[in-house]
Amino acid sequence: MSELHTAPVPRRNLELVLLLLALSVGAAAFFLVGSSSDANDNTDFFVQTGILAGLALLMHIMLRIFAKYADPVILPITVALNSLGLAMIHRIDLAKTTDQSMRQLLWTTIAVIIAAVVLWAIRDHRMLRRFTYIALLASIILLLLPMIPGFGVTINGARIWVRLGPFSMQPGELAKITLSIFFAGYLSSNRDLILMAGRKLGPLQLPRLRDMAPMVVAWVLSIGVLVVQRDLGSSILFFGLFIVMIYVATARISWVLIGLLMVAAGGVFAAMTMSHVTRRIDVWLNAFSPEIYQARGGSMQIVEGLFGMADGGLFGTGLGQGSPYRVPLANSDMIIASFGEEIGLIGLSAIVLLYMLLISRGLRAALGSRDTFGKLLAAGLSFTLGLQCIVIIGGVSRLIPLTGLATPFMAAGGSSLLANWIIVALLLMISHNSRRPMLGGVGPTDEVATPGAITTKAVKNV
Amino acid sequence: MNQAIKRVWVALTMMFVVCLAGLSYIQFFSAEKLADNSLNKRQLYREFDLPRGAILVDGKPIAESVPTDDGQFTYQRKYNNPEEYAHLTGYYSLANGSTHLESDLNSWLTGSSSDLVFDRLTAMFTGKKAEGASVELTIDGDLQKKAYEMIPDGLRATIVVTDPKTGDILAMASKPSFDPNELAVHSTVKAAENMKKLNNVKGLSPYINPAIGNLVAPGSSFKILSTVAALESGEYDLNTVIDNPTRITLPGTNTKLRNFEAGICARQPQAKLEFIFTQSCNTPFVNISEKLGAKPYEDVTERFGFGQQLNIPQSVTASVFPTGMTASQLAMSTIGQFDTKTTSLQMNMVAMAIANDGVIMQPNMIDKVIAPDLRVIEDPKPKAFSTATTKEVANTVAELMMGPVQSGTAMNAAVPGVDLRVKTGTAQIGTTGMVNSWITGFAPGDDPQVAITVNIEQVDYDTGHNTAGSLMKKMTEAVFNK
Repeated sequence: MSELHTAPVPRRNLELVLLLLALSVGAAAFFLVGSSSDANDNTDFFVQTGILAGLALLMHIMLRIFAKYADPVILPITVALNSLGLAMIHRIDLAKTTDQSMRQLLWTTIAVIIAAVVLWAIRDHRMLRRFTYIALLASIILLLLPMIPGFGVTINGARIWVRLGPFSMQPGELAKITLSIFFAGYLSSNRDLILMAGRKLGPLQLPRLRDMAPMVVAWVLSIGVLVVQRDLGSSILFFGLFIVMIYVATARISWVLIGLLMVAAGGVFAAMTMSHVTRRIDVWLNAFSPEIYQARGGSMQIVEGLFGMADGGLFGTGLGQGSPYRVPLANSDMIIASFGEEIGLIGLSAIVLLYMLLISRGLRAALGSRDTFGKLLAAGLSFTLGLQCIVIIGGVSRLIPLTGLATPFMAAGGSSLLANWIIVALLLMISHNSRRPMLGGVGPTDEVATPGAITTKAVKNV
Repeated sequence: MNQAIKRVWVALTMMFVVCLAGLSYIQFFSAEKLADNSLNKRQLYREFDLPRGAILVDGKPIAESVPTDDGQFTYQRKYNNPEEYAHLTGYYSLANGSTHLESDLNSWLTGSSSDLVFDRLTAMFTGKKAEGASVELTIDGDLQKKAYEMIPDGLRATIVVTDPKTGDILAMASKPSFDPNELAVHSTVKAAENMKKLNNVKGLSPYINPAIGNLVAPGSSFKILSTVAALESGEYDLNTVIDNPTRITLPGTNTKLRNFEAGICARQPQAKLEFIFTQSCNTPFVNISEKLGAKPYEDVTERFGFGQQLNIPQSVTASVFPTGMTASQLAMSTIGQFDTKTTSLQMNMVAMAIANDGVIMQPNMIDKVIAPDLRVIEDPKPKAFSTATTKEVANTVAELMMGPVQSGTAMNAAVPGVDLRVKTGTAQIGTTGMVNSWITGFAPGDDPQVAITVNIEQVDYDTGHNTAGSLMKKMTEAVFNK
């Protein structure tokens, strides 16, 4: 097992300093947003800053107790992103006299508490491996939930929501995690079989069908359900997750090529046959044509976002000074454009760099992890976060067609917030396990299901 | 495995870099191009969030920005006495754009005029929102109200009142009118609906101020100009006896033209200008046009403002005196028919010239422009638009214009105690049987205070003649408080 060794230092104090920095960024944002409105009432400011500081501190203390060797950068970045998002949602609220930010604050609280519970209850990510097939089953159920008549709701043309009393949720967001757990568990157990067994076809090593069967089932299911539910963004996300996890497990670029070919084929097929995909591509390519701009479900959203960002320019209009509320879904799908307008290219670049840093830390945890399952899980979860950012930023900046993916930690939406905080808790846990001092070399729990000398040899070749 | 994870990192990083490049392209390299895109309404939105200057009449706003909490914009444009002023203010609308003064005065009202650069700088440093300047009009609120209200509903009519000594426009009212508030609503759907309704009103266009935008045949009121041409030529004076047959064959054709009010004109088969002008006989002007040719008429009309660019600051449609006509067409043109077309303001300027010894003062609606700190930043002084004719000719025509009121076509406009000088006009519209009725003039004769023009479009002869005269009478009474 190749590993990266880091001196086992807890670094919780560094985390506390960084957290204070992150919270002051958030507080500054809340203050700017509040002071630019006419209201003299500062309650919102104190409520938001107070609750966020409390939640950040809670996570910090949980880490001190249960994962004191965890990466010190992950939590502060997450808190910074979450509070910036909250500030922007509040800012849009003030302009539109809506009340999304209180909801978001409530969801943040729920998400952080659940993340803390995950830290406390799981402690060691390796125990999740036991739930490999349960995770698959959970994924299936989560993805199928919205299809149940009377329970699922169609919003904006995508049937990915379920309604429970006053709450609506996107169970697909949680499926990202369960599918990652399944892929990680399955691949860590079977990677050698997948690698070694099977026929060779030219340069390609084809796996035996039965070794691949559960993977194919998982993949077909996730893609199939999503095509039926008409959620292009999540389709891309699951497909990407699938390819990357196989690649990380096997290190065979040929698998990536096969995967990309399948994406291309699926994409062309979808573009030609599925009306909503065709329409999206049309909207993307001809965004500035007046007919498409004015059409229902046309390019108005993306084009207004572009105008807003162009308006912001290099330095932005200043928080609370622009008019990001002109863009539909300014606090969710288009929150990146809202930031682009108000804090400019410079501020938005800083946010993008925060995401890059967060994902790098996640992948760093994967590198350092002492077990295959941890590596795969951390890599998969980090990649999901990264791909979400790229798909949404690429969509908002019209590099690719816009899809309705949530910007992690910032966009208004409880399910995504919850899922991403759980991902952060898992990444913190894995980084803790990879950085904590080793007790007598390789522990007994490592590489449980990969017996024999073949494994060691194979891995060393990697 | 770690190699693969590192490669995943490299791939993700590269994609992030591409995203950053995309964002840079939008926010920096193509930002200007996006700002100029025709779909980009952000500049307009910004204007709608700023307090726009008011348009004032007698110090009271007829168009103002009032704070609103409709959730869309900070301010709502509000029009007071909307129908009276609709054709002057126009509207300031997100869905329908802006028109008339709202458009012509935009740089002052938004505060983007170069005269307000200091105010903008101050606003930038004090953090206050830049405010627009207010514009006070020369309109007399009382006269405008009376003018609008005296026009009978259902008629398409315009009244223009000016001060011939300064060019100040004191009243400019037209019916049918509309309520600009309905077009200025922020809901684009509602605004479009209301606009559609207005487009169904006959004779109304929210884009055209009838007084300066509707070109109609002036009929006999044009004879003021034909008389000026005749007098300037030196061939005619008040004592010249001119043939006044009941009918005349138009030169070069078989078409007969008769005196419109045949009854009275027929009493004098040969007449002097005073009788001809008073009774508005047609045939003598045919003779005069044959003798003079087109050139003098072209000169006179140009000096009086035909074919010239004019902004008051609303843009005035140039009136037309045709060129390259045959003798018969010229004959018809000199009695205000054929393709001769004028605006109400143009015929008012004709009266202004006669009233002011031949000099037309530049018609103008702006009294002053007031900065947000009440500093007067623009105070237009009266200036001459053109010298239309000599003092002698002007005074001679002024004398002639006494006739119609005293014993001619405009006796129904006479106001006891006021020396009113006018010329009437009735232009036939093709063979529809409908006419355009005109009356234009000034008062009092010895020291003119106002030039008044009334125009009624597409009306039957009797209604037109009676109403034009009575409107002139009422307007004169309004001005002189009779």
